[in-house]
Amino acid sequence: MEHLHLEYDVDGNNFVSAGQATENVKFCLKGLGVNPQDIRRIAIAMYEGEINMVIHANGGKAIADIYLDKIVVQLIDSGEGIANIEQAMQPGFSTATEDIRSLGFGAGMGLPNMKKYTDDFAIESTLGVGTKITLTVKF
Amino acid sequence: MTIEQVAQILNAEFVCCEENKHNEVHSACGSDMMSDVLAYVKDQSVLITGLCNPQVVRTAEMMDMVCIVFVRGKRPSDEAIALAQQKGLVMMTTQHRMFSACGLLYSAGLIAGESC
Ligand SMILES: Nc1ncnc2c1ncn2[C@@H]1O[C@H](COP(=O)(O)OP(=O)(O)OP(=O)(O)O)[C@@H](O)[C@H]1O
Ligand SMILES: [Mg+2]
Repeated sequence: MEHLHLEYDVDGNNFVSAGQATENVKFCLKGLGVNPQDIRRIAIAMYEGEINMVIHANGGKAIADIYLDKIVVQLIDSGEGIANIEQAMQPGFSTATEDIRSLGFGAGMGLPNMKKYTDDFAIESTLGVGTKITLTVKF
Repeated sequence: MTIEQVAQILNAEFVCCEENKHNEVHSACGSDMMSDVLAYVKDQSVLITGLCNPQVVRTAEMMDMVCIVFVRGKRPSDEAIALAQQKGLVMMTTQHRMFSACGLLYSAGLIAGESC
């Protein structure tokens, strides 16, 4: 087989299930014998992205493509979009409400973490249309 | 130290997976903001927190942590317990507040995980 293709619906109304797609990908990577440090890097980045889709975009789709030498994860939503990407990428910037903060999110660290842990990070967002983030970790 | 020693130091009560209490732990992280925890990729084995929802367990799992300590006598939600049981993640609850729980473990030799 050339590569492994996985797709998940991320439910925007279910905070409890957020992170399941990432857990599943993590499990697959472990089974494939990928280096634990690389697994953790993509797991953190994808999990942050999954949580973002749930709390900021009412859910979306997570697609993972696992190759021999890398994993590429796409997080695609049809949420509100991000007005100012540069600002959103700043550590500490967050529009999260007090409700979300009381759940442990809204430190404004998710996007910076995603960039920090991946070998390639791409973000496209259009107001009123949605956001697409592509994360790549090389093994 | 072992997870069992963590429980002794904090006078904590096990919530689940006590059978894994003989596992060794070396470093810890204390926070109520999950992205703060996720910001430091270095090995950390214990998460000290006042948050009780299932995302605490997911965060610990992403970081390959093996033990969660809930401060201020908090008890995790049933969903959080079910998730931790699936993963064999030890959970315990202590009456200490965050600052003292961290201080006690730090003086006993647990170190802070560092950024990569
Ligand atoms: N998928 C998305 N759709 C719409 N807005 C988003 C999305 N992801 C992030 N944002 C916006 O970018 C901001 C920064 O995101 P980031 O993940 O860095 O922080 P946060 O989610 O607010 O807090 P944390 O990730 O620390 O819990 C968010 O507060 C939100 O305004
Ligand atoms: Mg976020």
